[in-house]
Amino acid sequence: MSKIKKYLLVVFGALLFISNVAVAQHDHNHDHSGQDHSTHDHDKKGHKGDHAKDGHGGHHAKVICGIKKEHKFFVPGETAFHHVADANVYSIGPWSIPLPCILYAPSEGFSFFSSGKFEANKEHHGSGDYAYKGYILDEGTVKRVVDPSFTKDKVKINGGILHKMEMVDKKEKEVTYLCHNGKLSKVDRSSTADFGLFGGGITSFYDFSITKNVATMLLMFAFLAWMFIGIARKYTARRGQAPKGLQAVIEPVFLFIQEEVTKPFLGAKWEKYQPFLMSLFFFILGLNLFGQIPFLGGSNVTGNLAVTMVLAIFAFFVVNLSGNKHYWEHIFWMPGVPAWVKTILTPVEFLGVFIKPLTLMLRLFANITAGHMVMVIFVGLIFVFGKGNPFPSYATVIPSTLLTVFMMAIELLVAFIQAFVFTILTASYIGAAIEDHGHHEEAHH
Amino acid sequence: MGGSIAAIGMGLAVIGAGIGIGNIGAKAMEAISRQPEAVGDIRSNMILMAALVEGAALIAIVIAFLVA
Repeated sequence: MSKIKKYLLVVFGALLFISNVAVAQHDHNHDHSGQDHSTHDHDKKGHKGDHAKDGHGGHHAKVICGIKKEHKFFVPGETAFHHVADANVYSIGPWSIPLPCILYAPSEGFSFFSSGKFEANKEHHGSGDYAYKGYILDEGTVKRVVDPSFTKDKVKINGGILHKMEMVDKKEKEVTYLCHNGKLSKVDRSSTADFGLFGGGITSFYDFSITKNVATMLLMFAFLAWMFIGIARKYTARRGQAPKGLQAVIEPVFLFIQEEVTKPFLGAKWEKYQPFLMSLFFFILGLNLFGQIPFLGGSNVTGNLAVTMVLAIFAFFVVNLSGNKHYWEHIFWMPGVPAWVKTILTPVEFLGVFIKPLTLMLRLFANITAGHMVMVIFVGLIFVFGKGNPFPSYATVIPSTLLTVFMMAIELLVAFIQAFVFTILTASYIGAAIEDHGHHEEAHH
Repeated sequence: MGGSIAAIGMGLAVIGAGIGIGNIGAKAMEAISRQPEAVGDIRSNMILMAALVEGAALIAIVIAFLVA
């Protein structure tokens, strides 16, 4: 058994190594492809020969609608952000799995279609070659051409997509333009409910699509339901017997959470909150671990602010709706302190009600996103050092693979710790809200 | 310019959280070596406290992001 494990480890390492070699290959292919897409081939030797002859560096310019588009070489931060973001296609390596798009533009109503209509480009993963119903696919995200006279048919984009930095409301923001038939038209991102803090606020359309993250969550939901219903059936069927199979895998984890989190923090009422806490724990853990599986698109679901926000809102409602008289008394009129202290304490405690779920949301988001980004940047070292030349990019493959494996080991730990921390903090907040008066040696903040 | 100042502020916030979490870890190690039988309790409390300290740093980081 231990031998099999060793072999599996070696196979895993080899797979990572090969994929990094493929990245290195992509690196100096990429450099070449900036110049000419159509003659792009997979003949490695031919490439090397070309490189020797041309000797061109990383700066190519392509003219789109009269604007010179610099072929950006490799910007680690931008690439990392793009890779951790949600997308309307599920790309695994060069392949893209289309996902259903549900888009709503107030001027046109709803449109339903598959994101396969955009025919995502294999070279520039996630960018569609076609426009459909006035929507385009730019770096995995559906965007809409603002111009109402833009054709609603499926057309091949014959220009390209441009990103320009512009001043919008005294803030420098990236604005996307589409060049089609020699005409430049502005392209909108989907609306976001953040009042323009991170994205663009309310724009000309809304995106309700089953995105990569939503698809992953649905998959995880189906998997967890299947697994836990199966395990629950086993417990009734095998009453009094030792656990077996999946049951034996999950039981220690379940009991660990029960003994370490729910029972100590919730006291006598632990059974009432157990289902909620267990669902939180296994949902977060499952999504964290799913994002860590290499070669599967690396869905960064728990590293999405919207997802963690919904989880935190659930926690907020469960905590505050189950809060008893003493909980509210401690917030608005802390007993046992002088009146002037109360004037300071009350606003602080009241803000604390909202800050608690806010930190829950941010902690999970920041930890998981940081992990995913570090992974992308370690693989990106190949591009940073390679700069399109074959030797340095292949030479960086080995350190990059080792760093990636090291980071994956750490991320495995983080996946457990963050799921555990979310659960234990939610449990402690609920515990503070339902605590009976008389024994409050526990700090409540 | 605003971005660089925000980045410095973010770094300062992280230093604070680093000192805090470092202290928690050190004291937890000490406590475990004094009372190895209480390792389970100490570990979960350590994680809880580290998470609370981290929360303060996270808020600082997000505000740094917003003003940048």
